[in-house]
Amino acid sequence: MLFSVDASPPWNFVFTIQGSTMVAKEIRLSANAIGKIAPGAHSTGEGIPGSSRSDFGMRRRQFLVSTAMTLVFSATSAQALVVKDGLPWPPSAGTPPTTIHPGPWVYFTPEEGAVVEALVDRLIPPDPQTPGGKDAGCAVFIDRQLAGSYGSAEGLYMHGPFADGTPEQGDQSPLTPAARYRQALAALDKYCRAAYAGKPFAQISDDEKDKVLSGLEKDEVQLEGTSGRAFFEYLLQNTREGFFADPVYGGNRDMVGWKMVGFPGARYDYRDWVERHNERYPLPPVGIAGRRE
Amino acid sequence: MTRKLPATDVVIVGLGWTGSILAHELTGAGLNVVAIERGPWRDTATDFPPAYAQDELRYRIRHDLFLRPEQLTMTFRNNASQTALPIRSWGSFMPPNGVGGGGVHWNAETWRFLPSDFELRTHLVGRYGEKFLPEDMTIQDWGITYDDLEPHYDKFEYLCGTSGKAGNIRGLIQAGGNPFEGARSREYPTPPQKQPYGPTLFAQAAQGMGYKPFPQPSGNLSQPYTNPLGVTIGPCTYCGFCEWFGCGNYSKASPQTTILPALIRRPNFEARTQCEVSKINLDKSGKRASGVTYVDSSGNEWEQPADLVLLCAFQLFNVQLLLTSGIGKPYDPRAGEGVIGRNYSYQVTSSVGAFFDDKIFNPFIASGSIGMCIDEFNGDNFDHGPHGFVGGGYMGAVQTNGRPIQTARTPRATPRWGAEWKKAVAKSYLSSYESVTHGSCYSYRDVHLDLDPTYTDRFGRKLMRLTFDFHDNELKMSTYLTDRLAEVVQKMGPRQLEKHPRRGPYDVTVYQTTHTCGGAIMGVEPKTSALNRYLQSWDVPNLFVMGATAFPQNPGYNPTDTVGALAYWTADAIVNRYLKSPGPLVQI
Repeated sequence: MLFSVDASPPWNFVFTIQGSTMVAKEIRLSANAIGKIAPGAHSTGEGIPGSSRSDFGMRRRQFLVSTAMTLVFSATSAQALVVKDGLPWPPSAGTPPTTIHPGPWVYFTPEEGAVVEALVDRLIPPDPQTPGGKDAGCAVFIDRQLAGSYGSAEGLYMHGPFADGTPEQGDQSPLTPAARYRQALAALDKYCRAAYAGKPFAQISDDEKDKVLSGLEKDEVQLEGTSGRAFFEYLLQNTREGFFADPVYGGNRDMVGWKMVGFPGARYDYRDWVERHNERYPLPPVGIAGRRE
Repeated sequence: MTRKLPATDVVIVGLGWTGSILAHELTGAGLNVVAIERGPWRDTATDFPPAYAQDELRYRIRHDLFLRPEQLTMTFRNNASQTALPIRSWGSFMPPNGVGGGGVHWNAETWRFLPSDFELRTHLVGRYGEKFLPEDMTIQDWGITYDDLEPHYDKFEYLCGTSGKAGNIRGLIQAGGNPFEGARSREYPTPPQKQPYGPTLFAQAAQGMGYKPFPQPSGNLSQPYTNPLGVTIGPCTYCGFCEWFGCGNYSKASPQTTILPALIRRPNFEARTQCEVSKINLDKSGKRASGVTYVDSSGNEWEQPADLVLLCAFQLFNVQLLLTSGIGKPYDPRAGEGVIGRNYSYQVTSSVGAFFDDKIFNPFIASGSIGMCIDEFNGDNFDHGPHGFVGGGYMGAVQTNGRPIQTARTPRATPRWGAEWKKAVAKSYLSSYESVTHGSCYSYRDVHLDLDPTYTDRFGRKLMRLTFDFHDNELKMSTYLTDRLAEVVQKMGPRQLEKHPRRGPYDVTVYQTTHTCGGAIMGVEPKTSALNRYLQSWDVPNLFVMGATAFPQNPGYNPTDTVGALAYWTADAIVNRYLKSPGPLVQI
């Protein structure tokens, strides 16, 4: 959270480095005082000797004794990080991911969740060696992704006007991934119930499921109000992500995807193995959160 | 309301490689320098700890380190008959964000360009005649020579501690290095990295065919190294999370691991992060930059006056700032006139996939730049006369990663899902190998950057519009190179081999490289270039524009070594020439 906290008035926080510890202090400043520490004061150094060109740095140093880094948040002052005289080194600044645990659906309805489990289990079917997409947690992975920043298209350019364009211009949909799944799953349900005597996707036979999937892939199965083919591409990509991403995100349960191919995961030192040519690496995979025995 | 700040000597827009280098050199010359960076501060220990930096989903797939398109993107079309639409999520290239810029997440492939690359037009016309070049090709000489740049290449490589084997030291060809490279003044600072199985097999095959394989020069270090600034870099552990990732191990050369620890302690340097420069300001004469205007993350606008403005943002955004600030004449492709937005170029890569039955490659044992390469088909190292195209690229077995979301491979005929896909992935992951070509992309009259008429950014500024497609010359080049590469890979003895030459149209959703180039190029005269040979604006002499923005076309190499060398070249020109007599460094 450190470098990207939203300003939430009326609080003003000043983060300072003291030794190796970061200290956050809530300060209440008058507009005048903010003017003194924020870039933008029209004063010219207030009598501080030396170059007037680094004067607001000098003033800041006076205000916050010997800081390496200052972060000022408020509704009225600059929200810039000014770095001077030393590297900022707050511990644990990069936010580690939070481990996802199986449990109730977060984004999907129970009905949607059941369909997605059935879908991912045909894209990656179980076999005697390796679980399928469902037991690997791919549907849980997708559910948690859609509930988070991926699902809401956070950070993407989502301003109009929206037009279809060419395939080379990339996705131009005004829908977020979460909304796209909701719409496509409803349309898929409608299609399956019409085509298979009132049965939803999860209840038709495996052969029928594969026929629907391959129809979506080839653009032969049309979904009402949405592109079935585009949905298929998203679903396939997200399912593979769920099978091969770090288990911390809820998929690749027990690192089944990694074990299947022989990828050792988040290990990071292979210096002893670079030149052991044509030999299978012997150690089991580890994830970001470690290895479950 | 814009509030005016006290003036500084130098304001730098963007704190990546070039901004850091110039800030270091100019603070060293006694100037007060303020660097303004759009993204956050990033530091090795805190932002990329090895405990969780190895996260393919977060960084490779969800683009955690890159600029958010919501903050700034551009529109794209293949040609002028189409309506450009926004790049809503990155695909073909990944604009950086934050302190260190692209130097945080690059592969650290540290190549010098060929001597002939800098005098490309003169060289090719001299060898093949004017008519050999496509009529609409707009390649140019750079206005400098390889020899001009050599000391600065050397300086950047010794800053980074680059691992490699020289092929040409002061004109003497060295066994084991690249015999085609320009003469270098000394050996690389550190020896080559260790090579895994794939590159070793490739090198044996290439050698058997009479080629001269050599280890790819790498900014991921083979051993600990302390650079001339006193900053120490550690040895690479071959973790395979390099390109797209920050290195938590202090073993990839980046501004964080080579220069910022020294720079930040200078009392006359200050960095302001999370501040986006919206405009370069000109004085009333229009011939002098008075500073920049920027917006902090609360939306407050500030004017930072400065005597010298150094534009050090990513290539595309340098061009956008010039266009939105009204500096230089915008390029008009119909008339072929104007310079800002002219000569955009990219990179043309291709690959050869090979599937084996009896080999284990351990693709996850990788660094951004280990590999064995050959350079016989780069630049003008071979006779293009019979082939009908110009340009080329290096090729080789470059083992960058085995991250399975991205790289789980299957032979071409395999279904994309289901039991057969699963079986094929399980069988192929350890025993398949992909070799690559990294080819040039020359410049053309219709390819350009301008401002989009429809789409705007969060400040209401027009987005930049990219009009780009591959031309026949590059597609022919890619087919030829891919065929030559396939001949070498065939000697490695695969069960099955698949060629993937680059084909058009250019697709902005498919990742190739982040090597976007040009748009405000350096050259010998203001009619056809935005910058003179010192990367100084012809129009505004107290403005210098850094980075691959200055490349008149892109050779078949990765750009960063040249970007770093040009930054040192410019720093030298500012300190030793400009400060003594501020004004145009080239008289016309």
